[in-house]
Amino acid sequence: MQYSDKVLDHFMNPRNMGEIEDATTSGTVGNPVCGDIMKMDLKIVDNIIVDAKFKTFGCGSAIATSSMATEMIIGLTTDEALDVTNKAVAEALDGLPPVKMHCSVLAEQAVKKALESYYIREGLMTPERAKKFAILGQCEHEENYEHCGCSDE
Amino acid sequence: MNSTFEERMRESVNRPRIYFDHAATTLPRPEVIDTVATLLKESYGNPSSFYQEGHRAAELLEDARARIAACLDVHPEEIFFTSCGTESDNWAIKGTADAHRRRGRHIITTTIEHHAVLHSMEALEREGFDVTYLDVDHRGILEPEKVREALRDDTILVSVMMANNEIGTIQPIKVIGSICREAGVLLHSDGVQALGAIPVNPNELNADMMSFSGHKLYAPKGIGLLYKRKGVRIDRLIDGGAQEKRQRGGTENVTYAVALAKALEMSLADMEKESKRQTALRDRLIHGVIERIPHTKLNGHATERLPNNANFSFEFIEGESILLFLDKFGYACSSGSACTSASLDPSHVLLAIGLPAEIAHGSLRVTLGIDSTDEQINHFLIDLPLIVERLRDMSPLYSDYKRGVLPSLIPEEGSLDLEIAGGYGWSS
Ligand SMILES: Cc1ncc(COP(=O)(O)O)c(C=O)c1O
Repeated sequence: MQYSDKVLDHFMNPRNMGEIEDATTSGTVGNPVCGDIMKMDLKIVDNIIVDAKFKTFGCGSAIATSSMATEMIIGLTTDEALDVTNKAVAEALDGLPPVKMHCSVLAEQAVKKALESYYIREGLMTPERAKKFAILGQCEHEENYEHCGCSDE
Repeated sequence: MNSTFEERMRESVNRPRIYFDHAATTLPRPEVIDTVATLLKESYGNPSSFYQEGHRAAELLEDARARIAACLDVHPEEIFFTSCGTESDNWAIKGTADAHRRRGRHIITTTIEHHAVLHSMEALEREGFDVTYLDVDHRGILEPEKVREALRDDTILVSVMMANNEIGTIQPIKVIGSICREAGVLLHSDGVQALGAIPVNPNELNADMMSFSGHKLYAPKGIGLLYKRKGVRIDRLIDGGAQEKRQRGGTENVTYAVALAKALEMSLADMEKESKRQTALRDRLIHGVIERIPHTKLNGHATERLPNNANFSFEFIEGESILLFLDKFGYACSSGSACTSASLDPSHVLLAIGLPAEIAHGSLRVTLGIDSTDEQINHFLIDLPLIVERLRDMSPLYSDYKRGVLPSLIPEEGSLDLEIAGGYGWSS
């Protein structure tokens, strides 16, 4: 299994790693039992994501996808960020090995988890928006992983 | 002044690579490589052929067999050449099952065997065999009395590895062997990691069959051995010609058989010295790592372990990311993390010794060899703490711990012998 140079670059030199003291919202997804957990802090001003920082416990691709996801969403409106898919994150990294695709799902989930609580708290959740959060109910570890507790998060 | 992470990473480019994964495979000794090169050129005959080239090849093969037998203190007729350790394990287990299925269908093994053994057992279970998987203690040792308790009238085989490939623990095979003898049940032991590293004498161990592999002892990949005591009857695994006394088909790999004989003789000649030397390096590594890196535990037994094996768990971080940084810093190591395998489960061995998954994911295996030096350990003891610190800085678990909202499972001062009762209790 070989990572792309981009994955290795984002792993070795992660962008936006850390925490935002006065974050507007944050989301934590994953489960240490499964080997990865991601925490995403967002600072939102006028519905625009002005800053994003992550902390990740996990493998190289989990760290790289967190890093890439923060780069992709900074500067977007919250609604635009909802449309950043795990596939887009993986593509921006020049692809991930197939067994590592779940890491990109985790990155998408982390962003959505943070945005979900933001929308709910601000009274901005609409039926239209709610549809975009379906991925949160999913276990990023596909169906054959029974003892993974992350689906009932 | 201490070097920083970035400085050390930059400096490592100018250093030769450091190979710390001898349990995965070893670099063939120069003398072994010479033997192979010469034989490939000069002795390409087929041992079954009826002319001089064939006779010469047969002579070389039998000479290799005799030399290997002498190293193990057994008869040459008890040594069979195979393609690898995996084949030897498969043959011993499935061959015994096939030959003795009328007598019984119960087999005993442990939860920490290599997949070559475990997956052979699973194949037999699908055929209707009943397999008992014995638990080991938190240090990875099998209590021999558990074997006695598990024996049944229909037990036909016990298979317990001599030394574990991940955590290096050495099992009390001799005691287990005498229990099996008493009960009249065959004992197979996977000696792949043990041979060349610690004394292996199948007679003294009361073992009826043992598997070995060339590439773990500085011979090439593609050659293995099965020791099978005279009179032990097992079915063939590889059907074909009349090679290996009609028990294993396939033109013999004469070149690699000789290479294996050469490598084994050289390992035994050095063993006393090397075992002392590597044990000293290993213990300096173990104590150095635990001293320098908080929240670290040694996996396996502190003393009943292979001279070359160290296995650690670092809390709050994940193994693959440790390996990636180590690789960048010039080291080849391995991990029991799920992310380093194709599956999503962490190592079955680490789970079997009771590590919660979140701790098993953060494991690192360092296995030394004849080419390992004090200086390499010095470098490693500088670099590894920097890498672990870097990853902990990125870990949300570590910040939760620092904030006091997550307990730590491995105490800050670390441990050589820690039994962990449970995980973080993470659930929704
Ligand atoms: C304990 C043990 N058994 C069996 C094997 C398989 O040996 P081989 O690689 O020669 O098939 C290995 C090597 O990975 C091992 O460590």
